Amino acid sequence: MLYPPLDTRYQVETPEGIDLPLRPAGLMVRALAFAIDLGLRGLILGLLFMVLAFLGKLGVGLGSLLLFVVSWWYMVLFEVLNQGRSPGKQWMGLRVVQDDGTPVGWSASLLRNLLRFVDMLPFGYFLGAISCLQHPTFKRLGDLAAGTLVIYREQSLTRPQLPDAQPVRPAFDLTLSEQRAILGFAERQDELSKARILELASILAQPLQVDPPRAVTELNGMARALLGPA
Amino acid sequence: MKQSLFEQRHKAEWDQFSLILGQLERGKGASRIGDFPQDYRRLCQHLALAQERGYSSFLIDSLQQLVLRGHQQLYRHRSRLGANVAGFILAGFPRLVREQWRFVLAAGLMFFGSLIGFALLVYLFPDLVYNLIPAEQVSELQSMYDPVAGHFGRTTERAASEDWVMFGYYIMHNIGIAFQTFASGLLLGLGSAFFLMFNGLMIGAVAGHLMHFGYGQTFWSFVIGHGAFELTAIALAGAAGLQLGWALIAPGRLPRAEALRLAAGKSVLLICGVMLFLLIAAFIEAYWSSTTAPAPMTKYLVGAALWALVTMYLLFAGRARHAPE
Repeated sequence: MLYPPLDTRYQVETPEGIDLPLRPAGLMVRALAFAIDLGLRGLILGLLFMVLAFLGKLGVGLGSLLLFVVSWWYMVLFEVLNQGRSPGKQWMGLRVVQDDGTPVGWSASLLRNLLRFVDMLPFGYFLGAISCLQHPTFKRLGDLAAGTLVIYREQSLTRPQLPDAQPVRPAFDLTLSEQRAILGFAERQDELSKARILELASILAQPLQVDPPRAVTELNGMARALLGPA
Repeated sequence: MKQSLFEQRHKAEWDQFSLILGQLERGKGASRIGDFPQDYRRLCQHLALAQERGYSSFLIDSLQQLVLRGHQQLYRHRSRLGANVAGFILAGFPRLVREQWRFVLAAGLMFFGSLIGFALLVYLFPDLVYNLIPAEQVSELQSMYDPVAGHFGRTTERAASEDWVMFGYYIMHNIGIAFQTFASGLLLGLGSAFFLMFNGLMIGAVAGHLMHFGYGQTFWSFVIGHGAFELTAIALAGAAGLQLGWALIAPGRLPRAEALRLAAGKSVLLICGVMLFLLIAAFIEAYWSSTTAPAPMTKYLVGAALWALVTMYLLFAGRARHAPE
């Protein structure tokens, strides 16, 4: 029996009965994303004000309109129109989704960004940080009210190269999780050091009734057999 | 079935699906869109099979990614805002305001009560104003509404470009206040109550003070027109905030988080109406309230008409059975 993995994954069950794992993003990476957005907004406003300064009175009016748009709508527009990613979030590989994994909509995005005001109270995101740290999926108050979630964007996967080995038929029946573990061992071998590979394989040396160095090839062979001919 | 055989059989399908997903994500109308739900459910079946047969993590993870992307394209929350703006303005918003009448009443009492109450107090005891507003600002205000000096200390009417300046300023300032009043309701409604009363006291202090000095004419004729929309909007924003707070204080049979989420969904619609009101108010304030050409009587009449309009709208719009949906 394997214990459920010790991580922050958040399962969404779809109407098709599939469990989709989402990976909520923690305080630190979100703070960095926000800092990037803040800097970017400052930059945009600075540039625009310089341009608007040449327009005189009209520029002042336009300027305060712009200040309004940038300070209250920057996040909302990006989140809704750019698949839940403001530039800062995009940079840090994050995105905003609804609790059920669907894209964030206008009302949810507006809500979570309006309530940002409360998260910032009494200074420097204090309430938001507290709420984020104590919540199992790292929600700040705005996320709680809007029913949204900040998650890591899925990275594109590259097919792992399985080590060459002669297919070996397992001597006994494998349970599902044992089968997954052996396949995982073979798939991850490129990322592991020699010593670690040996260490992992030697755990299974006794049940397989071989000495540790042989266990590596044995396990790879079993993985190859499970996968089937290429 | 071995994993490699499974992959061989379905790889073409998955690649095709991923191609269509890419098109959909970039917002292009994809070809063969009619088959999308079917393809998606087939993919779900493949994922379930792969998990059940203990295939390798790489295959399961990449199928999971495809399913997640498909899920995000197939299931979306219909935004109730964008769907029918006209229906919301003509019927949805006033209905919502009436539905939440308890909060609207409470917010209205806090805001208008403190406004009128403090205005009277300051009118009777003029020194009170200095408790709330610093002395320099008071004298600034006085010169601004001085009937001799014309509006805003200028003898001529403002140029069109200046109306534009003020329009931008009013939007920034007023909608900002409304947003604050709403958002701080999350602090058990205390924040909203504070901002409602604070703004009520400030406006009341200014009104009472100017009336005491006999500048009532310039002040009221300036304020009455856009006040219909602006003051109502602030009160409604407060009501939306109180609703948030109340969901936390008395969630009923729901868990607090759930009650908050439901209340927030409704209150954000109120806020959209509030923004609309404030846009109208900023427009009136910049282009009508600031003109000094019409006689004060005209301004009072127009102002009264606007107040009547807002009241009628909130009380009666969308009551008919077949109101525009």
